[in-house]
Amino acid sequence: MSSYNQPARRRHIGDKRLIQMFVIPTVLLLILMNVFPLIYSLYLSFTEYSAINPTAPKWVGLDNYRQVLSDNLYWHNFAVTGRYALISVSLQMIVGFSLAMLLKEKFKGSGILTTLILIPMMLSPAVVGAFWKNIFNPSFGIFDQMLGYSDPNTAPEWLGNPNLALWAVVIVDVWMWSPFVMLLSLAGLSAIPDYLYEAAAIDRASAWFQFRRITLPQVMPLLLIAVLFRTIEAFKQFDLVMGLTGGGPALLEGRQAVNVTETVSVRLFRLAMPPQAQTGLSSAMAYVVLVIIIAISNLYIRSLNKIREG
Amino acid sequence: MATIELVNVEKKFGASFAVKPMNMTIYNGEFVVLLGPSGCGKTTTLRMISGLEAVTDGQILFDGKEVTWLHPSDRDIAFVFQFFALYSHMTARENIAFPLQAQGESKENIRKRVEEVAKMLRIEHLLSARPGGLSGGDQQRVALARALVRRPAAFLMDEPLGALDAEFRESMRAEIKRLHIEQNATTVYVTHDQIEAMAMGDRVVVMSAAVVQQNGTPAEVYHDPANLFVAKFIGSPGMNLIRGHYADGKVALPGDSYYAVPTDWQAAIHEVIGRAGDVILGFRPEAAHISENGPIATTVYTSDLHGSYTMLHLELNRDTIVDVRAGRGTSYPIGTPARFDLDPAMVRFFDPKTEAAIHKGGNQ
Repeated sequence: MSSYNQPARRRHIGDKRLIQMFVIPTVLLLILMNVFPLIYSLYLSFTEYSAINPTAPKWVGLDNYRQVLSDNLYWHNFAVTGRYALISVSLQMIVGFSLAMLLKEKFKGSGILTTLILIPMMLSPAVVGAFWKNIFNPSFGIFDQMLGYSDPNTAPEWLGNPNLALWAVVIVDVWMWSPFVMLLSLAGLSAIPDYLYEAAAIDRASAWFQFRRITLPQVMPLLLIAVLFRTIEAFKQFDLVMGLTGGGPALLEGRQAVNVTETVSVRLFRLAMPPQAQTGLSSAMAYVVLVIIIAISNLYIRSLNKIREG
Repeated sequence: MATIELVNVEKKFGASFAVKPMNMTIYNGEFVVLLGPSGCGKTTTLRMISGLEAVTDGQILFDGKEVTWLHPSDRDIAFVFQFFALYSHMTARENIAFPLQAQGESKENIRKRVEEVAKMLRIEHLLSARPGGLSGGDQQRVALARALVRRPAAFLMDEPLGALDAEFRESMRAEIKRLHIEQNATTVYVTHDQIEAMAMGDRVVVMSAAVVQQNGTPAEVYHDPANLFVAKFIGSPGMNLIRGHYADGKVALPGDSYYAVPTDWQAAIHEVIGRAGDVILGFRPEAAHISENGPIATTVYTSDLHGSYTMLHLELNRDTIVDVRAGRGTSYPIGTPARFDLDPAMVRFFDPKTEAAIHKGGNQ
């Protein structure tokens, strides 16, 4: 037997086996950690069940969904989340894109400045929530002082005032995530070839006309991706709210007290965790959120494809 | 339409010149080709005329009016880029309409004008396509339409055919020439392709190493090159240039041949190099004809058939090979001796020290 056959003989496993050996653990893990919980929770969403209760799940059909979709309190959570997502994402787009336009031209120190601006994005939301809580504090926080309030008694109580609390969360979210939008916008802006602007200058387009007809459409795909990411994140907003307000403060709306910053995820968490531990109901609510996010994502992806194909 | 004047225009990048101070006038309705190898400064010159590149010194005048520091949009010019520079997110129609929309023309007027130029360039059927879906030739047609639609005072074209396949290039060359004749618009056209330059230009400006080498009609730069660079660069192959020693009305050439200098040239040669000295004899391949009694003795190095004629490569000695055009009837086997003579009206002489052409009519 010639010697160059040896390496092949040394491997006892066939290609097919090898592929299986690599793929099967991943697939098993996926099924165990993702697919099974997904299907099991779908099942649970049609039952009355509490994870801390030894009684078996009891099939109740669409009752849980009926409750989530008809109860005003849940609608309130969806409304808060929707309003929060709309305001926060819009502001992030404006701030992030504006920053990108400013940083598009290279100047001395622009690299360091860009890195510095990106820092908020790299922090843990729990930490951000904790220190912004101090920043918003009316007696010693820097935020009110910067706005010109020197007397803690008249300074706005951002986290305690039901009219301001959602805005406070929005401000922190914008502070934290505008850099992400800036990063994507910068990537988009720097991908626009110079010759398009040269051609536009020859074609006698004003700066505004160039911005509207060249810059904006050329970065639009990346802007849409930024909107998509940020919207999905906004709909999942949990940690910042927990760190800042815990969902409060409460506001009397009609005869019901509602928590003005209680997003869907925060409500979901409360519903699913002890003491409430309503596993069935919270599963149903989670599925409603999932459907909404998939629907929104699809809308964005569709418009993204439309832009790409024309 | 406009006359474009360049007065001592120069461009420096750091300490090195991209374009050394140059003077040039492009007359109203003229088609001027800036020709040269890459890096010679021809594109920089064009971009300075357009205003896309700032001059380091000098003045640019359009119709006698100074525009040196005007923004490109204030110069009333159109620019055709080598890689089309179409707006990729717009359809061909929107691309062509762009310059008119930027000026705030009425919708009706825009539609009319776009359709006019589309018809002129025969691209009506492509108007709703995006640049990405068009062939290179069609993209350049759209770019030309965008340039034409505003009826600018001058067209500046930066190697507009450089990015096209050979088959498109020839037909587009004819289209651009035809457009120029119909529009009679002042056109400055940059290319490195001397065949293109000769075919299209009313005037060819040959540039090399940031300097204008010659500014003349295609016939002038072909038949009367100003220096060795132009002689070699224009024509394919370029002019034959043989260095020899001149004395007593004869040039001693490599391979022990003597060429008797036509009498009308002798005075000019004396004026430049004196009674005796080195001189460079130049002649185009078609200026030579094979003849048994020809004064220049060679052997056939190789020959190649070009359809209607044969190009012979003849060896004077080991270091000197010349290209000579011959009829396709006779065959010239490698290694056979061949003698040729030169048409006295078509020989040229150059000074090897300055590399400049010697002029029959007197040299300054």
